[in-house]
Amino acid sequence: MSTPTFDQELDVRGLNCPMPLVKARQTIMKMEPGQVLKVLATDRGSVKDFQGWVKTAKNVELVAQEEVQQDGQSIFVHYVKRTS
Amino acid sequence: MTVEAVMPQTQADTDVAALQARIEQLEAQVAELAERVPEDRVTIVVFSGELDRLLAAFIIATGALALGQEVSMFFTFWGLNAIRKKRSFEGKSLMEKMLDVMTASPAAPAGMGLSRMNFFGVGASLMKRMMRQKNVETLDDLISLAEEMGATIYSCAMSQHVMGIAQEELRDSAEEAGVAGFLADALKSRVTLFI
Repeated sequence: MSTPTFDQELDVRGLNCPMPLVKARQTIMKMEPGQVLKVLATDRGSVKDFQGWVKTAKNVELVAQEEVQQDGQSIFVHYVKRTS
Repeated sequence: MTVEAVMPQTQADTDVAALQARIEQLEAQVAELAERVPEDRVTIVVFSGELDRLLAAFIIATGALALGQEVSMFFTFWGLNAIRKKRSFEGKSLMEKMLDVMTASPAAPAGMGLSRMNFFGVGASLMKRMMRQKNVETLDDLISLAEEMGATIYSCAMSQHVMGIAQEELRDSAEEAGVAGFLADALKSRVTLFI
């Protein structure tokens, strides 16, 4: 899978539930419709949280999610697009 | 004029009128149903005053706000301590003052215990230390965050009256409400929790 393009990046590594989601929402609401936000998180729960977010909210879409290994720890990367 | 010549037109008129009446009836039904469909709202009754339960309440509240839901929080009994900003003995009876001293506030939520394994506050301190080490938001931060994100904060007027808690002792965002105020929001919510 090729890496999706994104307009802004948000680093919430080290933060726990519900903060990755809260910060991602705050950031994406300041972005333009059509733009993509890349979120880096260490919170394992954020994978399901972001899936739940796009299912519930009408103005966001999950472009991609991936897990990468960095310095022996898992980083969960979410690409969220603001649709309206 | 013969009957046959008149009949078709009259029949058509009747059909149109019947259809119109039926459409109007359906429109009225749809409008009525639309009012009964829940809003994107989560309502939480916060009855407990312990650290762990309050954390759960505020994590759910901020999570719901992040999902774009409206959130109503109704604080009653021990839960009122979570939204106290100061303690005032002014004009309070002896019993009311005693209650104030014995409940965790306005040091609240800092002085709050756990619902289990509190061991006179040692458990709560240990839990807070563990949470800090793991970089979990503090209860204080989560309360302010919920407020900033637009949660509606109701305080139960009846509990305030019983416990002698004045509105000035609560956060500025708190509005006094009764059971019907809570139910009005709960009835329109997709999720209602009692914590």
